[in-house]
Amino acid sequence: MFKILERKDLAPSIKLFVMDAPLVAKKAKPGQFVILRIREGGERIPLTIADYDAEKGTVTVVFQEVGKTTRELGTLKAGDSIQDFVGPLGVPVEFPHHKKVLGVGGGLGVAPLYPKLKMLHEQGVEVVSIIGAKTAEMLIFEEEMKAVSDRLYVCTDDGSKGRHGFVTVVLKELLEQGEKFDEIIIIGPPILMKIGAEITKPYGIPTMVSLNPIMVDGTGMCGGCRVSVGGETKFACVDGPAFDGHKVDFDELMKRLATYRDEEKISMDKFQEEHECKLTGKIKEAERNAAE
Amino acid sequence: MPLNKSKKKTPMPAQKPEVRRRNFQEVALGYTEEDAVNEAQRCLQCKKPGCVQGCPVQVQIPRFIKYIAEREFEKAIEVIKQTNSLPAVCGRVCPQEEQCEKRCVLGKMGDPVGIGRLERFVADWERARGVKTPELPPRLGKKVAVIGSGPASLTCAGDLAKLGYDVTVFEAFHKPGGVLVYGIPEFRLPKAIVQEEVDFIKKLGVEVKTDMVMGKVLTVDDLFDMGYEAVFIGTGAGLPKFMGIPGENYLGVYSANEFLTRINLMQAYSFPQTDTPIKVGKKVAVVGGGNVAMDSARSALRMGADEVHIVYRRSEEEMPARREEFENAKEEGIIFDFLTNPIRIIGDEKGWVKGIECIRMQLGEPDASGRRRPVPIKGSEFTMEVETVVIAIGTGPNPLLIKATEGLELNKYGYIAADEDGKTSREGVWAGGDIVTGAATVILAMGAGKKAAASIHEYLQSKK
Repeated sequence: MFKILERKDLAPSIKLFVMDAPLVAKKAKPGQFVILRIREGGERIPLTIADYDAEKGTVTVVFQEVGKTTRELGTLKAGDSIQDFVGPLGVPVEFPHHKKVLGVGGGLGVAPLYPKLKMLHEQGVEVVSIIGAKTAEMLIFEEEMKAVSDRLYVCTDDGSKGRHGFVTVVLKELLEQGEKFDEIIIIGPPILMKIGAEITKPYGIPTMVSLNPIMVDGTGMCGGCRVSVGGETKFACVDGPAFDGHKVDFDELMKRLATYRDEEKISMDKFQEEHECKLTGKIKEAERNAAE
Repeated sequence: MPLNKSKKKTPMPAQKPEVRRRNFQEVALGYTEEDAVNEAQRCLQCKKPGCVQGCPVQVQIPRFIKYIAEREFEKAIEVIKQTNSLPAVCGRVCPQEEQCEKRCVLGKMGDPVGIGRLERFVADWERARGVKTPELPPRLGKKVAVIGSGPASLTCAGDLAKLGYDVTVFEAFHKPGGVLVYGIPEFRLPKAIVQEEVDFIKKLGVEVKTDMVMGKVLTVDDLFDMGYEAVFIGTGAGLPKFMGIPGENYLGVYSANEFLTRINLMQAYSFPQTDTPIKVGKKVAVVGGGNVAMDSARSALRMGADEVHIVYRRSEEEMPARREEFENAKEEGIIFDFLTNPIRIIGDEKGWVKGIECIRMQLGEPDASGRRRPVPIKGSEFTMEVETVVIAIGTGPNPLLIKATEGLELNKYGYIAADEDGKTSREGVWAGGDIVTGAATVILAMGAGKKAAASIHEYLQSKK
């Protein structure tokens, strides 16, 4: 069992857990992810590592309640435990020779972007960041990003904070103004990464994206997470999750992400039925599990 | 002791095909005591038994069969367990027809003795009464790490624990058992049996740690730093192979590994009571001709498919699957398309599989494997309409741990190079099972785990 040491509600439906996972914390590097399972019978889902502390033995994950498993995860509180927390998985990212990097994060994608920029910042690399969300309320990690960025742009789709518009608009502006970067890292919903990579391509700037396809084991044994990169099939779990954004077939990725849409709905409806309070319509908190 | 002169094996009670094709319960139900005694009485008790030589772990077959004939079941299981620590598993999934039973003299005149069925019978007889934990020797105070928890690893760990070593098993998944748990379906090998075997090695003092993706969370170097004096690698052949034809990334195309893992390990058959889904269409094509293809096809049927095809590029004769599994699959209504090779998977605009284009083959000259090479017949292309495709054409070595381990020599196929005893190029590191041989059988993996355990013991004794 792995204990949740701390829980923060970053935005409506976006939550942060600090997990007690010393072995994972010891080996974790930026760009890696974990697979977790809440309980027996639960699904294995991948979550990108948003931060880690080897000394304290903690790993931070951030998730958005979009499906049944993340919804159920959101009912847990500090002190609760989950069954499995496996990692660190995937290939760590490295930027040995960079001087200036641009990070672009949309929605939940800001969380996995953060450890990469933090590492770059600590290496003395100049970091420029653009982060965005639908609304001011949905924006996460602003303070953290400020701390590791030499310059930070904030955008919201509805204009409730910072620039009114998508992060890709600012990305385009910076490039049009002639600003140069050794690499651009874009993390967010697939459509954002697709559009972002299309914007950077004519400038010939290496562009890294981080993919989050459906996974089961996370160790390369099922191939469920396969993505087409430069016409070759890669497994995101062991070859990624970071890839060259100019080579990824995002349309295929988006289609594959929809594989279990019907089943996700069945699962979600069942969960709602079982956990929704008939009086308030809210999802009930999880019952304390046995580890307590 | 009376001799049963029947030329036929005592039949195995089994679920009827029309019933079992829709449930995940075990197909073969096992001998009754009477069946077992009856079958045991067929054994001629040869002075120079061929069956023993045919067994990769040299079970003293005539001896245990004699005890069954005398209704001394407890003594029978003791004999088996001297050399085989997983009899309930082997009695079910060993290819006896290629091993012990192939060498049985009775086979020349009729059916060989049903050695596998008898092994299963006594193993189940013991299970029903509660397996006794053997007395353990004093602890030696030496730590050995075993990576993986499939048949090779479980055997190696069990043997070392019995010798007095402190053994830790590191398993990547949340549940130990390896391919016995994620690969072989419930209807061939009930998961409760695997769990019992794991519980048994725990009783021997073995510590089993799950969620340990070795090479990521810990490396072999870390293990030595932690005080482990020897390491056994039994990580299996877990990397799925795809065909490399267009359309393999369409929705509804699965590797057999993913298909079976979702169903077996993640219990997708209980969805939505359990959370992991799977998509099985009304018409399913499974590509390949091995046991994994049979398991996938029969699982698809049990998940509710109306029509399941096995698409295999060679003919029935070359098929590597066990005869018994092939027969079972046929009885259940699986359709076999021999001499048929997929060339393209066809999808709809949303990316879902809607068909598989195949070409008919004919057999040409023998290839490197000694089997006649299938060659395409020009102009014979046709399209099979299916909604799900499962690719079961084999697996390769997973490089995850290998890449993270220095000083480990590999063979030309990328598997770990190891000698007869499982010794690798790196001191203190042994390997065995599919990670050395490529995908093979449970019993061969167990044999390798056994030899490695003996070799590790010898090494640690001389090391002092």
